[in-house]
Amino acid sequence: MIMMSTRQWALTGLGVAILMVLPLLLHNFWLVNIMGRAMVYGVVALSLTFLAHYGGFISLAQTMVAGIAGYAVAMMAPTAIPLSTMAMPYALAIPLAVLAATLAGALVGLIAVNTREIYLLMITLALAVGFSLFAQSNITWFRGYEGIRNIVGPEVFGLPFRTPMVFYYSALIVAVLMYLLVLYVVRTPFGLVLQAIRDSNRRTAAIGFNVALHRIAAFALAGFIAGWGGVLITFYNIGITPSSIGLWATVAVLIMAVIGGLGHPLGAFIGALIYALMDTFASTIIGHDRFNTLIGLVFLSIVLLSPDGVWGIGERLKATLQGKGSKPAVEEAAGNETADRGS
Amino acid sequence: MTFTRRTAMAWAMGTVAAVFALSDAMAQDQPPIRIGSITTLEGPFATGGQDAYRAMEMAFEAIDYTVGGREIQWIRESSNATPDVALARARKLIEQDEVDIIIGPLSGAEGIALRDYSRTLTGRTIINGSSGAADTTLRDPSSNFFRFNTEGTQWMAGLGTYAYEEMDSRHVALVAADYAFPYAQVFGFMHEYCELGGAVTKLWSPLNTTDFSSIIAQFPSDIDAVLLIQGGTDALAFLTQYAEVGGDLPIIGGSITADQTLLSARGPHQRLMEGMVAAGPIADLNEDPNWQDFVARYRERWGSEGFDSPSIHAVNYYTNTIAVLQALEEVGGDLSDDQAAFQAALAEIEFTAPTGANVRLDSNRQAISDIFLTRIVNDGGTMRTEAFGRTPDVTQTLGMDTEEFLALGSPSRDNPDCPPAL
Repeated sequence: MIMMSTRQWALTGLGVAILMVLPLLLHNFWLVNIMGRAMVYGVVALSLTFLAHYGGFISLAQTMVAGIAGYAVAMMAPTAIPLSTMAMPYALAIPLAVLAATLAGALVGLIAVNTREIYLLMITLALAVGFSLFAQSNITWFRGYEGIRNIVGPEVFGLPFRTPMVFYYSALIVAVLMYLLVLYVVRTPFGLVLQAIRDSNRRTAAIGFNVALHRIAAFALAGFIAGWGGVLITFYNIGITPSSIGLWATVAVLIMAVIGGLGHPLGAFIGALIYALMDTFASTIIGHDRFNTLIGLVFLSIVLLSPDGVWGIGERLKATLQGKGSKPAVEEAAGNETADRGS
Repeated sequence: MTFTRRTAMAWAMGTVAAVFALSDAMAQDQPPIRIGSITTLEGPFATGGQDAYRAMEMAFEAIDYTVGGREIQWIRESSNATPDVALARARKLIEQDEVDIIIGPLSGAEGIALRDYSRTLTGRTIINGSSGAADTTLRDPSSNFFRFNTEGTQWMAGLGTYAYEEMDSRHVALVAADYAFPYAQVFGFMHEYCELGGAVTKLWSPLNTTDFSSIIAQFPSDIDAVLLIQGGTDALAFLTQYAEVGGDLPIIGGSITADQTLLSARGPHQRLMEGMVAAGPIADLNEDPNWQDFVARYRERWGSEGFDSPSIHAVNYYTNTIAVLQALEEVGGDLSDDQAAFQAALAEIEFTAPTGANVRLDSNRQAISDIFLTRIVNDGGTMRTEAFGRTPDVTQTLGMDTEEFLALGSPSRDNPDCPPAL
């Protein structure tokens, strides 16, 4: 049972309802390449937010884990060019790919089990870069630099996956389910232990919890979430190449999570939406010579104005409007502390 | 009739409305042709991408942005040489800006991504910019993806034969970067060289290698030349170290070995570099009048803003752009019927590229064109590449039957192979 107040349930319901009817209002380009893209990348950012906010682990390996799901589904896809010997229907390939990402997540958790803070950041970064270079140089399985192409995704109700409605609703369903999953998990005993580990792993161990096991499980769950994102991203990009999981992609997901706000799961999607908008329209606003400067400035000002991202701005506004600010301020302080520790 | 303020107002409104209606009707009569383009203005190939846009601008300016009686609107986008970004830009151009035609992208994997995307489109056409991966048009081609520039394997045409017959080399050491583009180039060279009976000892190095001493130490004692398929700083690092250990074998280069990084750097490598032969689609010094004319126009238009001589990306984008413009002229700007007439015209056209090479397409919509043998000369203190031979009408299958060529397999570390006899 997800513990939310009636008001929170109502707000979530309203948000989902608005997203459900968006196809009536939006042009296909906005539907797929802004909203859809924000949701699929948002799912990967969500896995990072989950680890960072509830476990205190800033992992840079989430894009790699998503990439493992992407490569797995590409290797098993019946439409791949060149077709692999282990091609199978998408109905089988997708769950297996997510399983692979879950295992990869657990493996990352296991490797990094004794590291914290900057060392965790370094070890996950090393894994991410290492995997991307491996994919680039391995021809037999990963098809090297050119990657695996033509991963168009399954047909849904007889419609190709790239049909705007099919892609949008698939992304929406996955995004909402993963979002609710995170909200659910953090209220379970497992989630509470995770937050206890974040606050003090020694005390948690002293009470008798197995800290290492909980950490590995958290990484596995984050891998599961990122895996779904990775599968959808691969369908969105009609294939996968080493650059999809390279340093830039890793940094992009980190930027999404940070500008959206690491303090709440919704921040991941807000950040991904801002990223998609900036990435698409910055060159229209400022011309193609200097658009990266504009993107950088916008991200920089968000983080300068509000260290806990856009979500943090919202929280602060709410506190100011309520005029009391006692309870939200405490929560905010806790959020700030987590963000500071991660940075 | 009294000319009141009200009637004056009515007249004014009427006139304005009429003008709008008229201009609207004229616009509907001939809506502009929207051409989108993607090149790399970020990341490692940024300078090449900028040069590509210089050349495209020249092509559009030459016809005053009008073709077949219709105005051209040019919408530029930039990628960072990764396929995901190129695809996102292409989607924006097609779905948001509603362009009719895309010209681009610049690098290999991006080209494959856009070919895949072109398959999902109807009534739109993608024409390559400068990307050169073989598989973009060789395997599983797409019916609305066209490429009027040649690719990495084609670029080596004639070089293997020259090395064997003119340079009398029987055994070369290959020093190449370990990724797809060098594989394609090596394939093109060895296809001829091994056929004639030459032997190749392969020494691969990862991209961005700075220390080649272990590679130089592995050179067999009986080699006659070094085949260097590296670009930029890697090539410079190898040549510097080889010169420093006293190496004096002739160097045979790949199509991107003799780039500006190498030509403009000063140091011990210059001794080895002068006289280095290579093959490729362009050369700085080329007596062909088309090239002379193009370089003159380029210098006049861009002055110190541009390069001393147009880059390979400028030439490729220009070649693809003039193909589009010529086909549009032939069909009178008619893009109706899902661009059927336009695409048919594209498939059939034959023209002269700015290098003087003749260009036409094969059945996979891939260019068949001329390749130049080049060598590095000291042109009054400046190192430049000079064309000294030409292989006409090089096909993507190197003159072989398509089936037979595909049976040779994709280029890789181990394919093809002709090691020296033990």
